[in-house]
Amino acid sequence: MNLAVNNQSLVLALGLVMIALVIGWKEKLGIDRDMIIGVVRAVIQLFVVGYLLKYVFRIANIWLTAILILIIIFNAGYNAKQRSGGIPKALPISVGAILISTSVTLGVLMLAGAIKFIPSQMIPISGMIASNSMVAIGLCYRNLNAQFKQERQAVLEKLALGADLKDASRDIVRASIKTGMQPTIDSAKTVGIVSLPGMMSGLIFAGVDPVRAIKYQIMVTFMLMSATSIGSVLACYWAYRGFYNERKQLQVPSN
Amino acid sequence: MSLLTLKNVGYQVGKQQILRDISLNIDAGEWVTFAGPSGSGKSTLARIIASLLSRTSGDLIFDGQSIDSYDPIAYRRRVSYGFQQPTLFGETVRDNLAFPYQIRQLPFDEQRADTALEYVGLVAADLDKAVIDLSGGQRQRVALLRNVMIYPEVLILDEVTAGLDAENKAFVWSLIDHFNQDDGITILTITHDQSEIVAAKRLVTIVDGQIVPGGAS
Repeated sequence: MNLAVNNQSLVLALGLVMIALVIGWKEKLGIDRDMIIGVVRAVIQLFVVGYLLKYVFRIANIWLTAILILIIIFNAGYNAKQRSGGIPKALPISVGAILISTSVTLGVLMLAGAIKFIPSQMIPISGMIASNSMVAIGLCYRNLNAQFKQERQAVLEKLALGADLKDASRDIVRASIKTGMQPTIDSAKTVGIVSLPGMMSGLIFAGVDPVRAIKYQIMVTFMLMSATSIGSVLACYWAYRGFYNERKQLQVPSN
Repeated sequence: MSLLTLKNVGYQVGKQQILRDISLNIDAGEWVTFAGPSGSGKSTLARIIASLLSRTSGDLIFDGQSIDSYDPIAYRRRVSYGFQQPTLFGETVRDNLAFPYQIRQLPFDEQRADTALEYVGLVAADLDKAVIDLSGGQRQRVALLRNVMIYPEVLILDEVTAGLDAENKAFVWSLIDHFNQDDGITILTITHDQSEIVAAKRLVTIVDGQIVPGGAS
């Protein structure tokens, strides 16, 4: 292990935050308060999670691991719901989509023997999967809202011709799924060329042979593809019905 | 028995009363023209009849049953609604004319589409023409055909001739007449056009959300 971040170097690295604060203050961006809150929250959350993970890894209990994964999934679902712009039932839809995308992806990885059900593997991997699924679902919601407003006339015309809700929404749902998956596809295309992603960088940083590190990164790329596609498809197909009332009439949700 | 009966139909959004006490009987095969100033509630009424909006009071009977007893999708296949500035779907004319078949999971009747296109002054080869290459009049014709590729029983047309030049306007009007006279479709048109109002077979005038007394013939 060749990592040498101690408390003193962390305090000195705080200078980097000062640079951001000075820029924000000079340019009158009005984000000083947000930045300070963000930094304080990040430090507290990470310390808490660090000690918590240390404890969980040490006792290595299956149920505790499962509960933590469920908490991660619920939090991811809750955050995705915050981006739903008033789509009905966004919380159960988000939690359900993230739960299924995470479970399927973790299941395949375990069956393939890539990971084991031990907390030090399951928890970080679940976090990565759930957070990517969360971002994808948030993008899906934003696109659904924008498209149902923009394409209102086309949807109305399809309904007026006797289309069912699925036919009337198909183009919007497809475009939204694509939007949700696009960042993962884009980053898969540029991985290694533009960015050295977190997991791979972390492993290399910790002294692991880069060739071994890339194997993990390939696994991460595959799992994120799966997680974002499952999450986006489920969330879009469950959410689009919320844009219609019980008489199958278009109603764009109010925020 | 009337095909469509409106009994004291009202529509209210918040405290704003957009339609009040609209009562009307429309027989099968009739052509009713709705006129009135902008914002008088004509389009709202048309959308309520098309089941794209729900009334907030009164009742609407179609073919002997309350509109609420029908599945909205099945109902809209019988009572079709055409828009003033229609959006054409997909990329080609075919995408539009095939749409009514697609949603019913029926095979596209290309021969019927060819005949229909020729009837509205286009040619069979236009089936694969890009919709962005159509003129305003052609767009409206294709949109109208989309509504009648599979005949509805009632066709509601909301100012479909607005914005068209005189020639296209006359052509579209004659087309609607054909749907009514030859195909027996009950037609409800909304218009601001004075010549269409004068030529109306039955005129209903709506002002401030109410039928003007004596405005319904």
